[in-house]
Amino acid sequence: MIAWFTMATWSPYIVGAGIGVLIWTAFFLSDRPLGCSTAYAKTAGMVESAISRGKAKSMPYYQKFTPTIDWQSMLIIGVVLGAFLSAYLSGTFKVLIVPPVFAEAFGNVPVFRSAVALIGGILMGLGARWAGGCTSGHGISGTLQLSVASWVAAICFFAGGILVAGLIYGFTFL
Amino acid sequence: MAFEHLRANNRAQILLGLFTGIVFGFLLQKGGVTDYGVIIGQLLLTDFTVVQVMLSAVLVGMIGIYAMKRGGFVRLHTRVGSIGATVIGGLIFGAGFAILGYCPGTAAGAVGSGALDAAIGMIGIALGAGIFARLYPRLDRSVLNRGIFPADTIPDLVGVRPGIVVVGVALLIAGILYLLTVLGF
Repeated sequence: MIAWFTMATWSPYIVGAGIGVLIWTAFFLSDRPLGCSTAYAKTAGMVESAISRGKAKSMPYYQKFTPTIDWQSMLIIGVVLGAFLSAYLSGTFKVLIVPPVFAEAFGNVPVFRSAVALIGGILMGLGARWAGGCTSGHGISGTLQLSVASWVAAICFFAGGILVAGLIYGFTFL
Repeated sequence: MAFEHLRANNRAQILLGLFTGIVFGFLLQKGGVTDYGVIIGQLLLTDFTVVQVMLSAVLVGMIGIYAMKRGGFVRLHTRVGSIGATVIGGLIFGAGFAILGYCPGTAAGAVGSGALDAAIGMIGIALGAGIFARLYPRLDRSVLNRGIFPADTIPDLVGVRPGIVVVGVALLIAGILYLLTVLGF
């Protein structure tokens, strides 16, 4: 049992099945799907509020997604903690700035990787809220509800991702 | 019913959110999908771990959610999509996915595993969400409602009973997962 928790990786099928069961509990106990990107919109809203409370309140988007600490924000904090627990138990926790695959192609330059990550993140945050969800909200929680929008979104996530990853690293599968 | 009280209890929900996140993060990390190389490998179609995790989650999740819905224990949370919102937003997301190499959930998991570039990515995601909020009134008037999809769910779209679609999608997913193992992924 203990050995199981200290293993570096589990079968992707076991992990996927576990996430599926976790989504049952989210629907049953919290009446909500499991999605990560809403928390980022709420965080942006909290920053807007900190700068100008009146302005944030007047923005229609933050009337739809009120910037408060709730289930969504705690979910993201939990993900950081849960992943740390997993990495710590298996001894795979390792501080890095430039992932090895990136370093091999572009060199081990923290400033460059940081700039790329920031730009990628901005596009991702914009796209996630534009599409109304991310890889978890649309890609898993939405598709399993057989939502038309979520299946279209998931296909577009991967279509865009495969295209741009190919432009960055070359289309190795061809 | 007891679970109605639980759902309306804000403090309990905050704890449940934290607990759900811890389990989710633990699973993502154990699945290896908090690793930049694994995600980029998926987008380069050399590593199918991300798809294997996602499709297994959809298979198990779908069967359970539709069974619980039938019993009246849960309700669906689907939203209407459109070409202007879902397709354009999805493609922008995809570009960000490839450039960042994490998604909003796995970025948080990567931070927990020690990847500091993911923390910068998370700041970027919040900035991007903030930019969207600023643009929202204009986008809502112009593109977001273009080409609204005719139905919210696949069963409604094709006019087939949900149970039959669930069986069909389950077989499709099982077939794809089997095919991936045959191909050696």
